[in-house]
Amino acid sequence: MSDFLLELRSEEIPARMQDKAREDLARLFAAELDKAGLKAAAIVTFATPRRLALIARDLPLETQAVSEEVKGPRASAPPQALEGFLRKTGLAREDLVERDGVLFAVTNKPGRATAEVLAEAIPAIVRAFPWPKSMRWGAASRSTESPRWVRPLHGIVALLGEDIVALEVAGVTAGAMTLGHRFHHPGPITIGSAADYEEKLRACHVIVDHDQRRAIIRDRATALAAEAGLTLVEDEGLVAENAGLTEWPVPLLGRFDPDFLAVPPEVIQLTARVNQKYFVCRDAAGKLANAFVCTANIEASDGGAKIVEGNRKVLAARLSDARFFYDTDLKVPLGEQSAKLAKIVFHEKLGTVADKVDRVAKLARWLVEQGIVAGADADQAERAARLAKADLVTGMVGEFPELQGLMGGYYAAAQGEEPAVSDAIRDHYKPVGQGDDVPTAPVTLAVSLADKLDTLASFFAIGELPTGSKDPFALRRAALGVILLIERSGVRLPLSAAFDVAVGEVAQAFGHRLAMQFGGDLLAAFQKAAGETGVTRDMLQALLIDRRLHAHEENPAVAAFLDTSGRAGPALLGFFADRLKVQQREAGVRHDLIDAVFALGGEDDLVRLLARVRALQAFVGTEDGANLLAGYKRAANILKKEGVEGPASTTPPSYAPEPAEAALHAALDQAEPAAAAAVAREDFEGAMAALASLRAPIDAFFDAVTVNDADPAKRDSRLALLARVRAAVRSVADFGRIEG
Amino acid sequence: MILTLHDYWSDRGCLILQPYDMEMGAGTFHTATTLRALGPDTWNAAFVQPCRRPTDGRYGENPNRLQHYYQYQVILKPSPADLQDLYLGSLTAIGIDPLLHDIRFVEDDWESPTLGAWGLGWEVWCDGMEVTQFTYFQQMGGFDMKPVAGELTYGLERLAMYIQNKDSVYDLAFNDAGVTYGDVFLENERQMSKWNFEVADTDTLFDLFRKAAAECENCLAPKDGSEPLPIPAYEQAIKASHTFNLLQARGVISVAERQAYIGRVRDLAKGACGAYMAKNGWAEPVQALTTRNAAGQMEKVA
Repeated sequence: MSDFLLELRSEEIPARMQDKAREDLARLFAAELDKAGLKAAAIVTFATPRRLALIARDLPLETQAVSEEVKGPRASAPPQALEGFLRKTGLAREDLVERDGVLFAVTNKPGRATAEVLAEAIPAIVRAFPWPKSMRWGAASRSTESPRWVRPLHGIVALLGEDIVALEVAGVTAGAMTLGHRFHHPGPITIGSAADYEEKLRACHVIVDHDQRRAIIRDRATALAAEAGLTLVEDEGLVAENAGLTEWPVPLLGRFDPDFLAVPPEVIQLTARVNQKYFVCRDAAGKLANAFVCTANIEASDGGAKIVEGNRKVLAARLSDARFFYDTDLKVPLGEQSAKLAKIVFHEKLGTVADKVDRVAKLARWLVEQGIVAGADADQAERAARLAKADLVTGMVGEFPELQGLMGGYYAAAQGEEPAVSDAIRDHYKPVGQGDDVPTAPVTLAVSLADKLDTLASFFAIGELPTGSKDPFALRRAALGVILLIERSGVRLPLSAAFDVAVGEVAQAFGHRLAMQFGGDLLAAFQKAAGETGVTRDMLQALLIDRRLHAHEENPAVAAFLDTSGRAGPALLGFFADRLKVQQREAGVRHDLIDAVFALGGEDDLVRLLARVRALQAFVGTEDGANLLAGYKRAANILKKEGVEGPASTTPPSYAPEPAEAALHAALDQAEPAAAAAVAREDFEGAMAALASLRAPIDAFFDAVTVNDADPAKRDSRLALLARVRAAVRSVADFGRIEG
Repeated sequence: MILTLHDYWSDRGCLILQPYDMEMGAGTFHTATTLRALGPDTWNAAFVQPCRRPTDGRYGENPNRLQHYYQYQVILKPSPADLQDLYLGSLTAIGIDPLLHDIRFVEDDWESPTLGAWGLGWEVWCDGMEVTQFTYFQQMGGFDMKPVAGELTYGLERLAMYIQNKDSVYDLAFNDAGVTYGDVFLENERQMSKWNFEVADTDTLFDLFRKAAAECENCLAPKDGSEPLPIPAYEQAIKASHTFNLLQARGVISVAERQAYIGRVRDLAKGACGAYMAKNGWAEPVQALTTRNAAGQMEKVA
């Protein structure tokens, strides 16, 4: 048994690729061993900017000998069959073994030296390595078939025990020699075996283990901040990235000019992190401090003073750029910036971003005026919506797109907008996914809902629906955002009505662009209609036909729009049902219960819907619930078999009912109004309790009464009774959709 | 510093060339890089190239962002095995001690959508500042590199700021007699930024763009039916590229149009590179993007 060490030394490997490269190396290596029937006791991998390494523990020095037997033709088979078999196996007739009249080719594969296996495996791994991007280099690249690696490959250490595994790949011959730190120890080092690899490199200023480098960066950066009386803003992504950029990490703390703190802290943090890979710090009050921590790759001869000074200058230049954008942007009123959105195409079928802003503004106002979003001022909601996208054309957001919204909020506040408006501009993209902050401020809520509803309605109206893994316009995220907003704030938003309004706005904008195309006559008619009531999709269609332009017939774009927008509302409701199921799964809500409530039809108020679902879930978990469900299913099955549909009649039986039958009638007489009243006041637990009172009478009824009586009057009456049971239960949820 | 770099790279077998006398966004546009990187011939050259990036102008108010600055470019084909060491040697030669300053190779894959070119490499950081772009070209003008060329692009002003320990590019000493970089270029930056962002007449620029594109096509398929002229064609592509950059700075190219303009410049540059390859017998003559119809007018190839 021996340990095997492999080091593939190259020019600097991108930090972001190193983790995946280690995984791939371990996986490919294990697969190659497996092919040869070898197995290591353990495989560990390391990555630095300049090397990808692997140690396989306790490899046997030889593979197992194997004997393979291949069945051939019968001894009596025609000569062609024999010839074919001999050709296939490369053997002669006398090499074959005959058993029971059948010929067998037996090949004994002796055990192979592991070194030999490795000498074949390593080049195969290098050639097959799945780098996200790889390149050719050097004189060999005169041929496009030349070796590829993430960056030029310079050296290979391959040691099995203490012996070099002789192999060559990409023009590099394996040996025992590697290099130390690029600047601290540029000369060659000879590695003895896997056992001294880490240690020898450490002596030459290379910490091979990425986890150790990460720990050094994390601990030292935290300590530096603490020594300065500050708190490091932790960032594991930055820790990993800096560890991927250094072989000998040395965190250093520097200061920048406090004047730059006039720039929003998010901007400072972002430019420090993204452009310079620096950590930032907070002071005792939790405010961003004028300090940064960079990570050098050397123990500088002056203790790092020059490095800190250099990094300070670079950060100053970056912050100076940020301040330039900030100051420049501040000078232009957002309203003026917003006008520029008319030049930016949102989607070719949906007009410009300015068109979108207009729709969102109207929708936000509608949400407030209808009382759906309470406590907001309609003018503020519209104002915020009209300015919400203006920061897209500012210099700062051009430089840092991830600051959209946030910058608009800063600029709006600085330009004297009311706080409710600037907050709404800042937060209207939220939430951008599960776990993100969910805004609750009324104006923000109106704008955020309107923005997302418009996005959904717009793309559904033109038939751009997400399919499979493709969701280029992030519609799933938009729907999830709406769900989270509603859940958090409890706003009573009738989704169908909201979709009608939103799709109506899209139709109106579409019609307006179209009318402009057709000119005078139609445009005038359109503007008149729009001015009076707002143009719905149906009006748009009527208008187009009315003007005898037959545009919807002649223009395929119009026909397509009328078709897809006509289906948008129901499609959106189904889409929301699906998103709700996915979103609620994490909260442990059963998807079949959501279906059971959606199946009632007409339930598009998510707050009420979820209350129903929650009550239902609690109920079906009880014994009463489970039994009622069983009783319901039995009743529904009988009714289905008998073809009884439609509403139940409450006509009392014309004959003397059996006691259990009478009891069920009586129970329903009580439960029906009780459940209905509870549903009306949205007390779904109460409704469930009312239904639960049916459980015993139903059970007793099925035990004691024959539905399928010979007397048609009894039979019909009892079926009607069961239909009443079905209807009563359905007043809460479609129990037929509930599984189990 | 320039003289030191000239000496250093000349000693290592590079031809020392002069700047190209046209406005361009990067040294890569110099024919000594773009065109000479094509084909199998060995080619080693070093030169200074003034660069113009209109959108980077800051009216002279940013300490290290300029709309006009100088690059030092080295192109080595095929890329030598010790290119990183050669490069680090050049840093030492101009006075940057790698045990005092933190030199890092940070992933930065280079792509020039307007040249139809890409490569893998790094931006080289010195104490957190990008001082050099280091690239192994993989494609140029849409052609695979055979062999691969290594390209080093030094930011001369930034390196000088290090060596002279200055916070602002405008404080750099231009000589030993007290003349600063600011004395020479500050007013230029102010006026050019103003012109780039605010004043340049956009109708004229659109017209220039169209004319350069048309002339590029004329060079690729001369009206008199003579052989294509790749080098003049390439010059017109550079002209179109710079005009496009000016239009961008003026903010008159919408997001939707932007891709179309970039594609247009790329087609021109690719056409010139293809003609260059064909003229040298390294590639089949590429199908022209446009042809002349019977009436002698240009029309797009279907």
